[in-house]
Amino acid sequence: MLTALYVMIGLALLLGIVLGYSALKFKVEGDPLIARIDAILPQTQCGQCGYPGCKPYATAIAKGEADINQCPPGGDAGVHALADLLGVEYKPLNAEHGEPKPKSVAVIDENVCIGCTLCIQACPVDAILGAAKHMHTVIASECTGCELCVAPCPVDCISMEPIAESPANWKWRYPVFEIKPERPVQKKSAA
Amino acid sequence: MNAIVNISRLLKDRLAKTGLSRFKGGVHPPQHKLESTTSPIRSVPVPKYLVLPLRQHVGNVSKLQVATGDHVLKGQLLAKADGQVSAAVHAPTSGVIASIGNQLIPHPSGLPDISITLESDGKDQWIERQALDYLAMSKPELLDHLREAGVVGLGGATFPSHIKLREDTRHPVRTLIINGAECEPYITCDDMLMRERADEIVRGIEIMRYLLDAEVCAIGIEDNKPEAIRAMREAVAKSEIAINVIAVPTIYPGGGAKQLIKVITGKEVPSGRLPTEIGVQCFNVATAYSVHRVVNHGEPVISRVVTVTGNVAHAGNYEAPLGISISELVQLAGGQAEDGDLIMGGPMMGFNLPAVDVPVVKATNCIIVPSAEMFPDPEPALPCIRCTRCADACPVNLQPQELYWFSKSQNLEKAREYDIFDCIECGCCTYVCPSNIPLVQYYRYAKSEIIAQDRAKEAADIARERNEFRLMRIEREKQERAQKHAQKAAGAKAETGADNAVEAAKKAAIAAAVERAKAQKAEVVAKNTEAVSPRVEAEIAKIEARRAQQPEPLRQPEQAQLFAESQEAEVTSASSQVESLQPLSKDKQPTEEAK
Amino acid sequence: MNRSPYLTDAPSVTSIMLRVLLALVPGIAAYVWVFGGGILVTLALASVTALSVEALMLKLRGRPIRMFITDGSALVTAWLLALALPPLAPWWLIVLGTAIAIVLAKQLYGGLGYNPFNPAMVAYAALLISFPLLMTSWPAPLTLAEIQLGFVEQMQFIFSGALPTGVALDAVTSATPLDYLKTQLTLNHSMEEISQSSIFGSLGGQGIELIAAGYLLGGLYLIQQRIITWHLPTAFLASIALIAAIFYLADASRFADPAFHLFSGATMLCAFFIITDPVSGPTTPKGKLIFAAGIGFMTYIIRVYGGYPDGVAFAVIFFNICVPLIDAYTQPRVFGHEK
Ligand code: SF4
Ligand code: SF4
Ligand code: SF4
Ligand code: SF4
Repeated sequence: MLTALYVMIGLALLLGIVLGYSALKFKVEGDPLIARIDAILPQTQCGQCGYPGCKPYATAIAKGEADINQCPPGGDAGVHALADLLGVEYKPLNAEHGEPKPKSVAVIDENVCIGCTLCIQACPVDAILGAAKHMHTVIASECTGCELCVAPCPVDCISMEPIAESPANWKWRYPVFEIKPERPVQKKSAA
Repeated sequence: MNAIVNISRLLKDRLAKTGLSRFKGGVHPPQHKLESTTSPIRSVPVPKYLVLPLRQHVGNVSKLQVATGDHVLKGQLLAKADGQVSAAVHAPTSGVIASIGNQLIPHPSGLPDISITLESDGKDQWIERQALDYLAMSKPELLDHLREAGVVGLGGATFPSHIKLREDTRHPVRTLIINGAECEPYITCDDMLMRERADEIVRGIEIMRYLLDAEVCAIGIEDNKPEAIRAMREAVAKSEIAINVIAVPTIYPGGGAKQLIKVITGKEVPSGRLPTEIGVQCFNVATAYSVHRVVNHGEPVISRVVTVTGNVAHAGNYEAPLGISISELVQLAGGQAEDGDLIMGGPMMGFNLPAVDVPVVKATNCIIVPSAEMFPDPEPALPCIRCTRCADACPVNLQPQELYWFSKSQNLEKAREYDIFDCIECGCCTYVCPSNIPLVQYYRYAKSEIIAQDRAKEAADIARERNEFRLMRIEREKQERAQKHAQKAAGAKAETGADNAVEAAKKAAIAAAVERAKAQKAEVVAKNTEAVSPRVEAEIAKIEARRAQQPEPLRQPEQAQLFAESQEAEVTSASSQVESLQPLSKDKQPTEEAK
Repeated sequence: MNRSPYLTDAPSVTSIMLRVLLALVPGIAAYVWVFGGGILVTLALASVTALSVEALMLKLRGRPIRMFITDGSALVTAWLLALALPPLAPWWLIVLGTAIAIVLAKQLYGGLGYNPFNPAMVAYAALLISFPLLMTSWPAPLTLAEIQLGFVEQMQFIFSGALPTGVALDAVTSATPLDYLKTQLTLNHSMEEISQSSIFGSLGGQGIELIAAGYLLGGLYLIQQRIITWHLPTAFLASIALIAAIFYLADASRFADPAFHLFSGATMLCAFFIITDPVSGPTTPKGKLIFAAGIGFMTYIIRVYGGYPDGVAFAVIFFNICVPLIDAYTQPRVFGHEK
């Protein structure tokens, strides 16, 4: 009995050493904390977190000034990733900072735009093109959907349009099937 | 330990004794190929309407070359390849472009996509066709021809062929493999094509070999198609180049490109790389056939052979014009189907069509009209019991049960680490799972989720860069302005009056512009102004409030003005701009309230 | 919408489990031959307990009852435990053990497919620790016992602990060969003297070797049916044989020969039925080899040096803990990857 115990303890110790060693060996040296947090943030630069952009928010998190659940564009997945990185408990998104919305892009109604450049100045990623007094357009691929250009427009010609699903960006769904012992008899495939 | 595993493998290989290699795993589903091989390939009358999606291939959507109302001839270019990874679309018959717009396409998403609708004029009148003397042409020229003719892989992958046929100086292709394995149950279009048009296929192979300068040519055909093997052997005997017809063992998924390459050459295509890296290139027999049609007849890809089988009266192969509605094909075969019933592709890797009324595209190799008995609903899934039957069946030697676990728990990083991207979605694992777990569906989900995340990450990186660049530029301009300002301060101070004048003029100009815009808006109805729901309005108000509070540099008028300065050359004075901006944003409030 | 592959060809979980039960039949037949029909009572008792406890737990957990009750996994657990317990164990020990296996070791971890430990072995270990005496008192094989109990008398004994009048407990029990070997060795008897005892057969324990042969037969059937792979049993038996051979060659007077170790105790049951539990075992081919060889090694060590006569249960549980680690480090080479 005792011998068996010793054997087990011995093996457990051995295992512990192996584990500890591999943890040390495979440890990855990473970027400084702020950069790693910033890498998780969606870079929408919308300011909903209460900071002027993603980097400042990342800095605030790293300093411990801000909570991890203030970024709606990052969504739940983002909070999870932050919680993982920082080794803290996950918490649901703080509703004060807004709800996650489907990803959108800004669209400028070119008939209405007066070319005042206010939106250009507001856009954190220079996604709007246009010269003064000329109609402006949004480069859709660069637009992060931050909505910062919507409010400054004096003629309200900017609208946010959710990105439509197309065969190009379509994703497979999570397979849903229920564990049910008695299935209703179906004639056709559940298409 | 390794030794034991290796010895057992060696023994197995000894037993094979065919000179061919084998890949691990695989399954033997019932073939069901006889039903559709009893009669020759049938031709299909040209229907009244043809629908031609612009996305029929891997890569960029083709660029539209026609407009509604245009009259086109059979074989005329409708949309040309956009960039290298793209392919052209041609008119399968002569007629008039009836419309261009979103139509349902045969895609697992069930989403519509941009398509051309062609109304046939019944004349089926060809454009001028010209055979090419390819040996006299430069290779790039010939490749351009293939690109313009819309040649893509017809095995189902629809990757533009001209790219695969480019000579790669770093990885010269030694072995050209033509894939006639056709391992999926029910599908027989390649089989019939080989039986009936072996010579044409060989002509195509000759062209491909010429382009790639391959030393060895081999056609791999599963040994369950003796007629096709015989026909191909006869055809290659007549050819001037040496082509090997190899009967490969019948096992699913032996027709997967990487699997076939392994069987024939014994080499594995490195993960995530192209076969050219091991000096091999692989094409489907139907692709070889269409290369022949393009080069030797001047006919672009406007039709393909489609197997229609399952619960139909005349199962068989039909040479269908691209764009014909699948429901017409099914009717022709004497079958009936409802939306959501039909399966495109084989029973192992195919998918349910969103509707019966979707067009035949270049990827449509097979249409199965299922009956309830053919593919019964799956039993409800039980938890995974880790029996590893799936791992034994996996041709890629993955651990499907682990991938399932990671995909199910959305542990996507782990799934990637366990090489989910090496999964070829062949379905062998699901085929043998005693717990009836739809494993492949989980992998498809996990893969597309990972891809989407990677894209988002890329976009975020670009956004970060652009944002940093912007902040840097603002900083730089601030310094420049400070310099300028200092210079100015040293100069005249009496210019304020003039400044005011400029400012007033500017204000008036903006006010006028706002008026104009308002007038315009009355007609055009801007999207987010009229008829906005109270919720949206509240949203806008909130965003504004947020912006107003923001302490960040972006909001500082000073910087906004800096940017404006660089944009507006005519405004010389910095301070005047600041003021001209302030009233402007105040102006906005009444506009808002007026609604 | 899309559920390809539309075709499947897989035995159901139920049919797999039923075939495992079928594979146990030769062993059970030998068991009845050697120890009498009492084992049938034990099996029935364990089965009924397992099914009812499983149903109860499924109901409490709000899981579909019929689907999981019919998968047959509870029966397999129950039978394995019943076969591992001493014959003629009192009814409450059987019920308690089965309940532990199903409730603690299986359902509380999430039921079928989620148990990290082999349920039968968890129950066995729990009983061994709590009731060491009961768990180690084995009846003598019928051919050796002074008095042979009939089926009815065995049943009486199981349910009431009462022996026919005039029969002393000693008359029906005897030390198991493993037990006997250990006590005799501590008394400094040599192997030759010990193996003269009537409880030793030609290979393993008298009678027990017959049962072991039955299990071996069933195990080969399972391999033939592709329900288990050769890796686990082979590595397990080879590892026991190897280490036993080493010790035996080193000192034949103090260590039993490899054949004895292979054909006594629960070695064969373990090789083909216990360590082959898919849920709690490793999944990679190499992992299976390591896992089974490790259990074999540890079983031998506990047998020879440990306090318990047979160490299979502890060895299995210990290596169950190591499974994730083993799997993680033995991932096979994926097609197109360098190793
Ligand atoms: S809330 Fe907006 S600015 Fe803040 S971190 Fe998220 S995306 Fe970046
Ligand atoms: S265009 Fe508008 S919504 Fe898009 S990134 Fe720029 S400010 Fe944000
Ligand atoms: S075949 Fe099914 S039950 Fe078996 S290990 Fe694979 S996923 Fe699990
Ligand atoms: S679908 Fe993927 S995991 Fe499953 S058997 Fe095929 S390659 Fe392996």
